[in-house]
Amino acid sequence: MRLYELTAHELKEKIERREVGVEEAVRALLDRIAEVDEAVRAYVTVAREQALAKARAADERLARGEPARPLEGVPVALKDNMCTRGIETTCSSRILKGFVPPYDATVVELLERAGAIIIGKTNMDEFAMGSSTENSGFFPTRNPWDLGRVPGGSSGGSAAAVAADEAVAALGSDTGGSVRQPAALCGVVGLKPTDGLVSRYGLIAFASSLDQIGPITKDVRDCALMLGVIAGHDPRDSTSVPRKRCDHLKGLVPDVRGMRIGVPKEYFGEGMAPGVRAAVGAALKTLQDMGAILADVSLPHSEYALATYYIVAPAEASSNLARYDGVRYGYRAPGCPDSVTMMTQTRSEGFGAEVKRRIMLGTYTLSAGYYEAYYLKALKVRTLITRDFDRAFEKCDCLVSPTSPTVAFRFGEKMDDPLAMYLSDIYTVTANLAGIPAVSVPCGFGEDGMPVGLQILGRHYDEATVLRVAYAFEQATDFHKAKPVLRDARAGGAAMGGTAARGAAASGDGSGEAGGGPTRKPAGGEADA
Amino acid sequence: MPERAKVSTAWAAEAAGRPGPAQDGGTGAVACASEFEPVIGLEVHVELSTKSKLFCGCQAAFNAPPNSHTCPVCLGLPGVLPVLNRKAVEFGIKTALALNCEVASFSKFDRKNYFYPDLPKNYQISQYDLPLGTSGYVDVSVDGGMRRVRIKRVHLEEDAGKSVHESGTITGSSFSLEDYNRTGVPLLEIVSEPDLRSPEEAYAYLSMLRSILRYLDVSDCKMEEGSLRCDANISVRPKGSSVLGTPIELKNLNSFRAVEKALAYEFRRQAEILARGERITRETRHWDESRQVTVPMRRKEEADDYRYFPEPDLVPLEIEEAWVNEVRSTLPELPGVRRERFMRDYGLPAYDAAILTESKDLADYFEAAVAAYGGDAKAVSNWVMGELARLMNATGTDIRDVRVAPTALAAMLKMIDDGTISGKIAKTVFEEMFATGKEPRQVVAEKGLVQIVDEGELARIVDEVIAENRDVADEVRAGKDRAITFLVGQVMKKTRGRANPRAVNRLLRERLSSG
Ligand SMILES: [Zn+2]
Repeated sequence: MRLYELTAHELKEKIERREVGVEEAVRALLDRIAEVDEAVRAYVTVAREQALAKARAADERLARGEPARPLEGVPVALKDNMCTRGIETTCSSRILKGFVPPYDATVVELLERAGAIIIGKTNMDEFAMGSSTENSGFFPTRNPWDLGRVPGGSSGGSAAAVAADEAVAALGSDTGGSVRQPAALCGVVGLKPTDGLVSRYGLIAFASSLDQIGPITKDVRDCALMLGVIAGHDPRDSTSVPRKRCDHLKGLVPDVRGMRIGVPKEYFGEGMAPGVRAAVGAALKTLQDMGAILADVSLPHSEYALATYYIVAPAEASSNLARYDGVRYGYRAPGCPDSVTMMTQTRSEGFGAEVKRRIMLGTYTLSAGYYEAYYLKALKVRTLITRDFDRAFEKCDCLVSPTSPTVAFRFGEKMDDPLAMYLSDIYTVTANLAGIPAVSVPCGFGEDGMPVGLQILGRHYDEATVLRVAYAFEQATDFHKAKPVLRDARAGGAAMGGTAARGAAASGDGSGEAGGGPTRKPAGGEADA
Repeated sequence: MPERAKVSTAWAAEAAGRPGPAQDGGTGAVACASEFEPVIGLEVHVELSTKSKLFCGCQAAFNAPPNSHTCPVCLGLPGVLPVLNRKAVEFGIKTALALNCEVASFSKFDRKNYFYPDLPKNYQISQYDLPLGTSGYVDVSVDGGMRRVRIKRVHLEEDAGKSVHESGTITGSSFSLEDYNRTGVPLLEIVSEPDLRSPEEAYAYLSMLRSILRYLDVSDCKMEEGSLRCDANISVRPKGSSVLGTPIELKNLNSFRAVEKALAYEFRRQAEILARGERITRETRHWDESRQVTVPMRRKEEADDYRYFPEPDLVPLEIEEAWVNEVRSTLPELPGVRRERFMRDYGLPAYDAAILTESKDLADYFEAAVAAYGGDAKAVSNWVMGELARLMNATGTDIRDVRVAPTALAAMLKMIDDGTISGKIAKTVFEEMFATGKEPRQVVAEKGLVQIVDEGELARIVDEVIAENRDVADEVRAGKDRAITFLVGQVMKKTRGRANPRAVNRLLRERLSSG
């Protein structure tokens, strides 16, 4: 097995046992990026020199005999909306091109303190607004499973980087599904933690009351490992909750016997692709076979969730994005006769179409005379949605649903129809509105052999249950071990939509139903050899 | 303007470190519009004197090099979050309590959205529908009595930065410079109900408000440094009417005097328009200090829409009663209460009590002097309001920097009482004390100013004077009693003022009636 294929916990163990040097690991990842990123385009910035310098420092630490830290030497990618001191941070927007933060986000400090090496910044939908990473102000990222398809979004770069072994683990941000949906579409694990569990300090805001940073990883153990590092109270974020840190690894027992798992009927209605329905159905069966008790539940206000989301998020965004005016940093429109024109022109030229659409939408809903009808009403619906979950959790330990109604779609398929694009978030926005934790874990393959994700939602601060069910499911299946094959990436990546060479064979159960056959190489195999 | 207000005004001007006031403000306007009355409300912003800013750890300092007190948070860099300064909330609670407001047990912050280069986030964190304090009042002493001015609300918000436009206006400049030192400094906005009925009342209200804020030690209230700012709303209606007229908002009021003058001007202007049977147009007007007129500001095409919504980066502010009680227990005796006590306990006239209590430091000084003196408090009051005030005004000295200790003033008063020095000499002594900080006894000794108490010595000088002024002495003997004043003056001159005029008078009479 190649170094870049290892999970974070596997790599950390090798480093801890001094079998692998940190610089060696970092170089392996940098080489992998050089090999495949021309095709995948997951990164907007590769922090090569900084990463190597930190790697050498880590090796010196270890050489001095200091103990390995929880993520010692693990190369981690960050979505490009987390501020990194000295490394350009753009939100994939032209308006922030050239912005180099003078400070680190809290999660960056925590990762580095735990020994992780920040290897680069990943592509995203501009300011996290989108579900396909096509809204990047720079270039779209491609799905490693099929370069003609989107990786999902908005954390598409992070999910694609992990799926393509260009990062051992990554962080994304999830405002309406932006960690979980791309994780599902790229066949990796993605967690949106409880609101307030992870500090947002240094996360460039899209919609403050919905944004949450979460890990995107190769397996559930890595997810728990990353969460343990980044979770915790931060005095710099007033909305972060003072709670005791807990070791999420300890709770990872592969046992769901007797657990009550709710199946909300509203999440299995129309609009779901047959391949997704089949894969998720099989996953439910698997859980049942493992001893979990499935229960039908209802979340009656779910039908209003998307509308609520698309009032609250743009409203907050319209205010959060007001600061990009060319006065202090980032892009400034040249040749303007006065400062009012300069601010107007800077924003007209610096923002992309989707960002402008949402700023206008939010400005409208906050305006006098509309505020009560839209924003205030949305806040009330938000409360109702939260109550739906509270009621469901009285009877269940967690809920399950598909993460996304479809598998990864082709480039351009939904770009002309924003509403169709917004529907990609239909199963994920509720967790953000209610502030509860939710994880997406690979659960098979759907249309054209593209990955499908199973979403597991839990009570506030009950990441333990969510991760435990995900872990148990993962241990009982092999989906997480499947990898896309990017051998011919350099050749195939020249034209967008080119298909990567695919491995054959299949393993694990529940994967064959969806037609087309899964596209992956055997678990732990040596397909590259 | 009544005499009382004038003197009070002089103190206000002095305390703010400005030269004495002009005494012409407003009277003309009121006279020419006697069938109308103004309805005035004030919106006051005070910068709280917390060590750090409202939402970050930067120092809130004046006169520092541009942008030297900034950080990612107050510069509104991408990704930063605000953290509320507890001290600022405490100052807010303190002020709300002092203004007799109800302190909200549940309060929150909201975003006020508008674009301006001096506002780094292009929104201001303020409080909209759940302010820190509501429904308070201040009792203000106005011409001949008290007026209760209701306080509508008290809320916390962050200050903006300072723009310097190359050509004076943002639209006409080829460049502007921004200084964000002030950005994020905590502001307390105090909004009164439209309860004020004259420019003078507005002035008195502002003075009282400033006095209270300084007693609380929450702001230095320096209008010239921008730590106290005031906007005014004024409408005019026929006297006796209970209907409110169209309000005009006044801006650029950079001193208490400017507030009073602008309101007087605006009252006259509106009264004249109404007298002609015309209507007032709702607008914001700017006080032009150099021309002493208000001018309309550029009219906006539509009403401001700040698109307020709850600040999602902060949690609601829950203020427990225990905290409010704790803050309440730290409230000092406030100027209104202290004024009453000065009248009651020291037997001072209302006038003296009002002036002495306007500043906490002055009131403390007075009380310390009275305690050390033990004699007539009115004598202390006379000296504090007379000589001390005169010298402070003349030298621009703040009461805190006065070198005469209250105990020294008391010692000097005792020396007058025991006849060591005359009241006249005392003024000379006090001047020296004020200039040098020396004890009165030392000044008297150094200058040889001890009163001549030896009757024999005094009699000898009296005899000399009679001998040198025989004509005048004869006039006195002939019954022209007023002529004695001249002789007394001659004795005082010979003794360089060290004689007791009463004793001199007595000795002269003894000699001139018997001679
Ligand atoms: Zn600051």
